[in-house]
Amino acid sequence: MAKIRKAGKKDVPAISTASLPDIIFMLLFFFMVSTSMKEVTYKVDIHVPEATELQSLEKKSLVRYIYIGEPKREFRGKYGGETRIQLDDAFADVSQLEEYVVREREAMKEDEQNLLTISIKADKDTKMGIVTDVKQALRRAYALKVNYAATQRSEY
Amino acid sequence: MADIAFLLLIFFLVTTTMSVDKGLSRRLPPPLPPNMEKPDTDVKKRNIFIVLVNSNNQLLVQGEALDVKQLREKAKEFIKNEAADASLPEVLPIEVEIDGVTEQVMTTKNHIISLQNDRGTQYQRYIEVQNELVAAYNELRDEYSKGRFGMSYAELSEDRQKAVQKIYPQKISEAEPKNYGGKK
Repeated sequence: MAKIRKAGKKDVPAISTASLPDIIFMLLFFFMVSTSMKEVTYKVDIHVPEATELQSLEKKSLVRYIYIGEPKREFRGKYGGETRIQLDDAFADVSQLEEYVVREREAMKEDEQNLLTISIKADKDTKMGIVTDVKQALRRAYALKVNYAATQRSEY
Repeated sequence: MADIAFLLLIFFLVTTTMSVDKGLSRRLPPPLPPNMEKPDTDVKKRNIFIVLVNSNNQLLVQGEALDVKQLREKAKEFIKNEAADASLPEVLPIEVEIDGVTEQVMTTKNHIISLQNDRGTQYQRYIEVQNELVAAYNELRDEYSKGRFGMSYAELSEDRQKAVQKIYPQKISEAEPKNYGGKK
């Protein structure tokens, strides 16, 4: 005998979670590929200036960073509020810069040494004096390719 | 399994930074050999476009106080010198190879933009000025590319880009630093 189903009394089946791991894995791979670890912990406060004619830095392995800004609050007691330079993870002086560039360049592959780009990440309220000093030091170290880090500004 | 994946996912979510580093690319001039005087470069006065920035972030362009927003137009006018004005840089023919054919193009090949800033200038203003000057060049290159090839500079083939670069070469020179006193 045919069973007559009553309309409207049917239970909605639970959503299958069998594909959940797939989705999670997909997301995982996406983030694994797109992630780039923070290169250093900032010891100086940096809000980069704004500009429009920006070029992105292509090869990360060819780029070294110089950070310029006022020390973060937790370092104020020790280092004061004057604008300072940070190389890698430590505060540095302009006089150490030349040596740093030479050292970094020597650590690179020989055929890539002349492609070394220095990215200057400076706070927008920095006075040009210290930036000029840095630039002069870079010139002496023959690191002539520089990139002034900035963020995109839409318009005036 | 899914738990481990979740854990990893959250780890990467937290550590990820999406920002791509961007900035204004410039090339510094090679260092002057020590104990050598600055070489006396013979540049005609009309070929130099002088931009001065003082410690109060004010601009003096060709002896005239100017706003940063006006700098781009002024620089373009200078670099282009369409009407061959006697007060703007001299217009000279150069030979450029475009698509395998050598042509003569009239350009202001000897022009120089000289940028000088004080030690007290704010970095943001310095970047703005640099940005406007680069923008002036980029716009000129774009205009030429559109007029000549019907597409923007970025879309051109490498050879054509080189040709346009030759017509509008970027010549921004930064003076040896000086301290004009005032605020430090």
